[in-house]
Amino acid sequence: MSERLSGGEMLIRALQDEGVEHVFGYPGGAVLHIYDAIFKQQRIEHILVRHEQAATHMADGYARSTGKPGVVLVTSGPGATNAVTGIATAYMDSTPIIVISGQVPSGVIGTDAFQETDMVGVSRPVVKHSYLVRTASEIPQIVKEAFYIACSGRPGPVVIDVPKDATDPSVLFDYDHPQSVSLRSYAPATRGHRGQIKKAVDAMLGAKQPVIYAGGGVIQGDAAAPLTRLARRLGFPVTNTLMGLGGFPGDDDQFLGMLGMHGTFESNMAMHHADLIFAVGARFDDRVTNNPGKFAPEAKIVHLDIDPASISKIINADIPIVGPAAEALAEIDRVAERRLEADPDRLDRDALAAWWKRIGDWRDAHGLDHDQRHRSGLNGTLLPQQVVQAVYRATDGQAFVTSDVGQHQMFAAQYYKFAEPRRWINSGGLGTMGFGLPAAMGVQFAHPGRAVACITGEGSFMMNMQELSTCMQYALPIKIINLNNQALGMVKQWQDMQYGGRHSHSTYRDALPDFKALTESFGHVAYRIDALAELDDVMADVFGPKHKDDLVFVDAHIDPEEHVYPMAVKGGAMDDMVLERIDGRDDIREDV
Amino acid sequence: MRRLLAILLENEAGALSRVIGLFAQRNYNIETLSVAPTEDPTLSRLTLSTEGDENRIEQITKHLNRLIEVVKVVDLTDGDHIERELMMIKVRATGEVRDEIKRASEIFRGQIIDVARDAYTIQLTGTSDKLDAFIRAMDEANILEVVRSGVSGVGRGEKILSL
Repeated sequence: MSERLSGGEMLIRALQDEGVEHVFGYPGGAVLHIYDAIFKQQRIEHILVRHEQAATHMADGYARSTGKPGVVLVTSGPGATNAVTGIATAYMDSTPIIVISGQVPSGVIGTDAFQETDMVGVSRPVVKHSYLVRTASEIPQIVKEAFYIACSGRPGPVVIDVPKDATDPSVLFDYDHPQSVSLRSYAPATRGHRGQIKKAVDAMLGAKQPVIYAGGGVIQGDAAAPLTRLARRLGFPVTNTLMGLGGFPGDDDQFLGMLGMHGTFESNMAMHHADLIFAVGARFDDRVTNNPGKFAPEAKIVHLDIDPASISKIINADIPIVGPAAEALAEIDRVAERRLEADPDRLDRDALAAWWKRIGDWRDAHGLDHDQRHRSGLNGTLLPQQVVQAVYRATDGQAFVTSDVGQHQMFAAQYYKFAEPRRWINSGGLGTMGFGLPAAMGVQFAHPGRAVACITGEGSFMMNMQELSTCMQYALPIKIINLNNQALGMVKQWQDMQYGGRHSHSTYRDALPDFKALTESFGHVAYRIDALAELDDVMADVFGPKHKDDLVFVDAHIDPEEHVYPMAVKGGAMDDMVLERIDGRDDIREDV
Repeated sequence: MRRLLAILLENEAGALSRVIGLFAQRNYNIETLSVAPTEDPTLSRLTLSTEGDENRIEQITKHLNRLIEVVKVVDLTDGDHIERELMMIKVRATGEVRDEIKRASEIFRGQIIDVARDAYTIQLTGTSDKLDAFIRAMDEANILEVVRSGVSGVGRGEKILSL
């Protein structure tokens, strides 16, 4: 039975039929027909944001924390272009979001009409796919395809640009929800090649110094469980990329921590000295490999990814496997199990024990828990690492944590040990400042009643702080932990290390607002902390029953001189790291 | 190394711009491009020539395949293939040069397809090298206009590129 609906109504109806519960958006001229259709229904809750960029990050946070696509609705012109940063963020981190943008009526497209932008053109390099609706009758099919494309294979953002006349309430169509999608030119792999998988298992079983290097594909591909099973069966060390944190339990002994530019000493050393690297859902990003020419000279590379274009892009794979992480890892685990049942000595357990011994030595010498890293700040000032650890304790490691971009992001990634996937939400690929707060809002909409913390810095926070108003409107009890060092910390760190301490435009100390008063003016609760002694008590209040229903902003004034370590040496191999600041200079490790 | 890619593409508005955009975005070079619908009007066929080593061509092919509207990609230079380009060249033809140009055109199996008082327009088909050779054979001062179609290519034998 089909119904008679207008284009605008069909669009909303199609979203309902895809199971959409929340739409993050901002109205404007080109989408008013669609907004009227939203007004006349109850099944979808529309969240009115304060800036379109924030809407895309909310949808993104929603998607990352649930695995379900996030949906955005913006108007034409500036509404659409404001959304582009969020679309690019989702594209770089492969998250499924659907962005519906209004467009001027089709008759005036191309005439430089008021609020006209070629949104399909502007967004083209940062979408998985995009549609310009030509006639309203296409809308149900386009929505169906858009959701399928966004969520399948390597996920990504899809834009649907809708000219105003295609939503005209006076023109009605028969609406039918399409049952299926068939795209002759799009068929993502559904299973890994069996022959390649056997080769991969044989290579792994023969390894003496293996590392499993797991990225965001494990999270997106819901593959944390089979990954963990396989890693435990083989007893191999596991390291996660920034995007992969939570893909393997962060407090597990087999976990080496994050790798890469600010990865742990032991994970980077293990990568460099490995004889086999099993990369899963990771893309050998330049923030991981450092200089690709010096990358892991002895390692055989087994690379599993859903996207063939990620394989052998930066580092050549000896054994490539194209397929979905969950399916392929489960199969790899089955094959490994059979091989080991037939011959338990297939694994060189002595070599593995020696390898673990070496890793243990690295960990003891320069791991994150090394004493040096827990020195108090000057005159009892707070260290950012201590704040993150206090958040970890106060939330029992169970919170959803979003972050912005910069030093605070790295401290959060290093010190909050994520036990499960989809708990750590950050902009890894694009590195979008202003992501944290709106992403946390999307997470909170998806998980009402759960603890959601946004670990941010004052620079990033000020890029989307207008959303404090949205948080008040929708009563979102997010906890914002502002690591306030009164500077653009990561920029300043690089200037300290590479530009002779010349802080070109990275400080604004005298121009910062009183963040406590600022958040309170939005109607929220705020604390300010300056000293270590207050830290745990404040965090207990913030995450305790007292503020269960409040948005709480914690302005933590931290040691402004603190740097993130380890830090990769520019142009070096993975074992070239600066480990700590000694006597005001950055010491480059020369031995080991 | 020069490579010739044959691409089947959904014949839809905007599809071509995605292919072109991909090359710009990823810093790949397009040397020639020719495109037209096939016998199946829902499909377009592109022939695209580019430069790059093995790795780069592999990346280009993979990224092209990632585009939703790209149906198939084949590197024609991987196997035996035929390639042709069409050129229309307008040359100044006066006095004794007129005969000379006509002779050269015959040697290259070109056709004079338009004759004006002081100019010939010659149509020439062949590999890009052959067209280049013809241009070199003409006195540079006499060349008025050169229009080339870009290369089209097809595999030899019974091999075909289809759905």
